[in-house]
Amino acid sequence: MTTAPLDSTPSASAATSPLPFLRGATHQRSSATRGHNVFGWLFVSPALAILLIFLVVPIGLALYVSFTDWSGVTSPFGSTVHFVGLANYRALLTQPGLTQSNFGTSIRNNFYYVLFTVPLQTVLALWLAIIVNNRFLKGRGLFRTAFYFPSVTSSVAITVVFIFLFQSGGAVNQILHGLFGINGPNWLYDTRGVFTLILNGLGVHNPPGWANGQFLGVTWWDWLAGPSLGMCVLIIQITWTTSGTFMLMFLASLQNISGEVEEAGAVDGASPWQRFRYVTLPMLRPTLVLVLTLGLISTWQVFDQIVLTGQNNATMTTPAYESYYVSFQDNAFGQGAAIAFMLFLLIVVLTLIQRRFVKEDLTK
Amino acid sequence: MNERHSRVGLVIRYGLLILFALIFLGPFAIQIANSFKTDAAATSNTLALIPHPGTFSAWKQIFGISTAGVTDFPRWLVNSIFVSVVLTISHVGLDSMAGYALARLEFRGRRLVFGFIIATLAVPNVVLLIPQFLVLKQLGLFNTYQGMIIPISVDAAGIYMMRQFFLQVPAALEEAARLDGASIWTTYWRVVLPIVRPGLITLTILSFQGAWNQFAFFLVATISPQYFTLTTGLANVVSGGLSAGNQYPLKLGAALLTTLPVGVLFFIFQKYLNRSRLEGSLK
Repeated sequence: MTTAPLDSTPSASAATSPLPFLRGATHQRSSATRGHNVFGWLFVSPALAILLIFLVVPIGLALYVSFTDWSGVTSPFGSTVHFVGLANYRALLTQPGLTQSNFGTSIRNNFYYVLFTVPLQTVLALWLAIIVNNRFLKGRGLFRTAFYFPSVTSSVAITVVFIFLFQSGGAVNQILHGLFGINGPNWLYDTRGVFTLILNGLGVHNPPGWANGQFLGVTWWDWLAGPSLGMCVLIIQITWTTSGTFMLMFLASLQNISGEVEEAGAVDGASPWQRFRYVTLPMLRPTLVLVLTLGLISTWQVFDQIVLTGQNNATMTTPAYESYYVSFQDNAFGQGAAIAFMLFLLIVVLTLIQRRFVKEDLTK
Repeated sequence: MNERHSRVGLVIRYGLLILFALIFLGPFAIQIANSFKTDAAATSNTLALIPHPGTFSAWKQIFGISTAGVTDFPRWLVNSIFVSVVLTISHVGLDSMAGYALARLEFRGRRLVFGFIIATLAVPNVVLLIPQFLVLKQLGLFNTYQGMIIPISVDAAGIYMMRQFFLQVPAALEEAARLDGASIWTTYWRVVLPIVRPGLITLTILSFQGAWNQFAFFLVATISPQYFTLTTGLANVVSGGLSAGNQYPLKLGAALLTTLPVGVLFFIFQKYLNRSRLEGSLK
């Protein structure tokens, strides 16, 4: 039972279980095989051709371009394009300069975005699922719809709304002022990191000597700055849009946990918190792992929102946006492709780590 | 005592739920209200839910019936509808055919094809943006409708989902049809497809939603405003004048127009949409 939700993740099932269609193969008849061959290939070939031409070929082409100085204007195979070896990768990893510090900054920004968004959306989703799941609650469907609605809408449209809400004289700052007398910042333009602001509040204004050292062109002081106030808006926005989807996943598995198990806990005299901690939560574990995995992979790919906000605030860029910007604004497609492959590598590594974690979880 | 405890708990529960419902729906209410305000009122009186003075000027501009200024939104709306409808049709057609072959037809190499399709699911979309631009450019499809549609006219997640639906159909049904002399195509078209109707409806909604909300791919596939959809057009308008803080009613109205079709679909077909999300077969 614990494997059910995980089994439906495509990547997990492909890697961990023998392919399930083999079980269905027994009804096959050898006389029908030829028809199956012809129609089988006929049915899959349009999809296969499109995936090959527009997914596999592009990756190969981009890998080639990442070793060149192609500017996006002429053909990437023309005589004006030079093979530059690993120069584009060196510019990101070992060679100090603007390219490197922009890349390092985008990694820093995205890291804090992931670090805050994934736990926030998971906890909020789980919490909403638990309160909506109450049998005695009236209007459950209504609440569920309300919480889920933001996740079906366009990322661009939602970002426009949030830009409006978080402008300096916008709704959020008016509410902050009205309720708490706080003068809110100009959120989306504010580059100050949350951790730095806390340190400033504690009286620390200048970085200690060791914090002037650099990694990927970014000082340790900046690495430790935390998400900027601008990035906080995005963290709030994504938590708000995605927790509805994850709430539905938690709701589905909560409904699978039978009421009897909970009642057994109640008879034993367990408090609601103990029942949650020792009965419900362990049973939700597979869904929790799934939600964390999906969250981790998608948050490292944040892009749409950044296109609207990133150009005004250097603390809101991400590797995906950096790759796009360097390619299309600076016309350095080789460099942009190299950034895309670094991001690819990062996500693959994270997925492999996650998969290992999930596997361990399944064998427990 | 236990009863009173639970009653207090229920009140707290409702209070929290209503508070969160307000947080989740409030932004939409503010968005709707401000799209009917003047530029000045949207800035000075943001929180008022009843526009005063109310005006339709932003909406007139969006639909191109205003003398105040012409926008490209009508064209972008038509583009969005056109591209989304074509993409939905191609997804439903091609994804379900491929899904059926992978679920039911014993062709040579099926295991390999299935493995390949699953593998493509693992490729992060944002990493593909520049590569896809390169191929569009090479094929001469950059900045065309064909270029916006063909590369994303099938999707691996949809194929996988349809395969799962076809696997649930009892194989005996198809065998009976085949014994009656029906060809594989007739069996697929007349017998199996009608049975997986719920799956087809789910795929239709998700495909339409995906195409309508598509932004990143269209951003790299096109450059001329004549090919913009509502998402790329809106982004263009917003990133052009973010600092000025002007024309908010127009932007919010356009954002609402971008939200509405999928929102309405969502309310009508909630049952299907929820279920497919729950099955976790997408993303």
